[in-house]
Amino acid sequence: MTDLLKPPVHVEDHGHEEHHGPTGILKWITTTDHKVIGLSYTITAVIMLVIGGMFAEIIRAQLATPNGTLVSLAQYNELFTMHGSVMIYLFAGPFAFGALANIIVPIQIGAPDMAFPRLNALSYWLYLTGAITMLSGFFVTGGAANFGWVAYAPLSNSLNTPGAGADLWIGGLLLTGFSAIFTGVNLCATIFYLRAPGMTMFRMPIFTWNMLVTSILILLAFPVLTAGLIMLYADRHFGTHIFSVAGGGVPVLWQHLFWFWGHPEVYILALPFFGMVTEIIPVFSRKPVFGYKGMIFATLSIAALSLGVWAHHMFTTGVVLLPFFSIMSLLIAVPTGIKIFNWIGTMWRGEVWFSTAMLMSLGFLFTFLIGGLTGIYLASPPLDFFTHDTYFVVAHFHSVVMALVLAGMGGLFYWGPKITGYLLNERLGKAQFWFLFIGTQAFTFPLYILGLQGMPRRMAIYPHDPQWKGLNDLSTVGAVLIGISTIIFVINVVVSWKKYPAGDNPWDGHTLEWFTTSPPPHHNFYRLLQIRSERPTWDYNHPGHRALAHGQHEAHEENDSEVPAS
Amino acid sequence: MKVEAKILIGLGVFFGLMCLVYWNWSLENAGGVMMFAAMLLCFLPGGYYYWWSRRMKARPEDDPNATQAGGAGVVGAFPGTSIWPFTLGMGSFFVVLALVFGIWFLVPGLGLVIWAMLGGTAEGRRGGKV
Repeated sequence: MTDLLKPPVHVEDHGHEEHHGPTGILKWITTTDHKVIGLSYTITAVIMLVIGGMFAEIIRAQLATPNGTLVSLAQYNELFTMHGSVMIYLFAGPFAFGALANIIVPIQIGAPDMAFPRLNALSYWLYLTGAITMLSGFFVTGGAANFGWVAYAPLSNSLNTPGAGADLWIGGLLLTGFSAIFTGVNLCATIFYLRAPGMTMFRMPIFTWNMLVTSILILLAFPVLTAGLIMLYADRHFGTHIFSVAGGGVPVLWQHLFWFWGHPEVYILALPFFGMVTEIIPVFSRKPVFGYKGMIFATLSIAALSLGVWAHHMFTTGVVLLPFFSIMSLLIAVPTGIKIFNWIGTMWRGEVWFSTAMLMSLGFLFTFLIGGLTGIYLASPPLDFFTHDTYFVVAHFHSVVMALVLAGMGGLFYWGPKITGYLLNERLGKAQFWFLFIGTQAFTFPLYILGLQGMPRRMAIYPHDPQWKGLNDLSTVGAVLIGISTIIFVINVVVSWKKYPAGDNPWDGHTLEWFTTSPPPHHNFYRLLQIRSERPTWDYNHPGHRALAHGQHEAHEENDSEVPAS
Repeated sequence: MKVEAKILIGLGVFFGLMCLVYWNWSLENAGGVMMFAAMLLCFLPGGYYYWWSRRMKARPEDDPNATQAGGAGVVGAFPGTSIWPFTLGMGSFFVVLALVFGIWFLVPGLGLVIWAMLGGTAEGRRGGKV
């Protein structure tokens, strides 16, 4: 039997049950508690999602008519640049590894906090100030950065993009980049050194595994971006010619540096959300995850391959090794396919409970499948030449990122009760799901067709063509539906505020976070249980149906009973 | 510790092989150097973990039969509150603003950074406000 024992955690100078710290704004400023920091990340990231979403709504409103006049051409350039920048740099990544991972990972492994609590707090302040820096570009002469979220040289040099907006973009990205690197260090150290006794690597929840791999990728990729940004700033202000032909530099070097970060970044964004749905699907299918180790090795394979695919973004430059990058890009579909197979396998013959979190996960599966399959097209150079810089590419990565938004919303519905102690309204949640899911498909499908018909991306106006107009209209309707879904979510948070107490384990969850209170106490646990599988809480709550860890046999049952309760 | 070492060394070996194939095939230096650096970045901590995994007994978190009592002891210092991360963050913010709006922003920026480093170090020596 699983035994309940006193916690293993002994924190210097004080116990963890009682914590008398400052309150109010002083608590927010001085906290080093991973849960408070994670909540700060969550709120900031969701605000960024709303800001980035508003930019998107303006873009779609501009494109609803062929010669739209809602914004000027220059403002349109700023809008699509900042939409991409806010969503990629300030929402998706920080929401995954700053917000949910920060809160959930230490609890999932039975740790009292992150390994470096003060570094964790610094990460948040760098993220927040980076976001403020980047967005403040809208308030300076010349406006915000307008060279696209990829800042290609020589468009991003001081001659083609003068003004403070571009420098604020670079500065903001430097700050958020360091924030990500520090979070990566912290997560790695936490997972390597602060696991509870018995929580071996191959008993860790898949979400924690995915966060570990994400953190390794962050540490490999983000320093390259930081170095590239410093070079770009030097070119703009110190007279260097690293990316300018005139001085003997190589503009395409920026693309190499950017995409060596940029493609692993796709997986830095995606893997945490893969982890979220891998937690949600088994719980709401009433089954253990199908192919636990297969999932882990698929994640590791994706990480390994992701560092060798960067130049598939550069096929049309004509100076990259097409076969190498094509093969590597096609190969990465294999571990991703394994994951999809395992998610379906987990649901197969399960008692599927269609809660909002589960619906969001299913929406993720469908949408990500479309985004993934169209990515395989783009891995083929001839097809990429045809569709490069068209709306096909825009549709492809919006299918991917909207799938991640669906998964992230699933994560909020799933872990929200653990973080706050209260459930969200399920009826409103399901309404939000349908608006978000249908809106996503209505938004992206027309863009695929537009791309195949040759409509270029980043254009504020387009020729009068009834078919293009109809498809753009449909896409705009989709964007409006997505906007409505966000409003429903905000209404849900307001309506459900402290209304539906969750209890400690509302979903009959499997992993350690569902064993502690909702919300967890300071330093997370009043008590811990014996960990004998990757589903310790489920083992504890279902002693008659105990699932054994991989490779473990009944003999270990006896060991449990021999453990003296201390 | 062994699993951690295997993961990092395994990734490093893969990046090394990929680097070898890519650099020889493409003769393009930027990507080759970055993949080589990625390999080193994996080998460095991976080698460290491998070294120690052979010289220490399994930690409670590596032992599948470990009891919670087996992990008893001081885990580490976890400060409840600290003002220094905020101070350092604000200092870094001003330093970055100096890149855009002028060098005079370095005065408050570096001042806060130095103050935070001294304060944070002193706090660490005292054991932090817990």
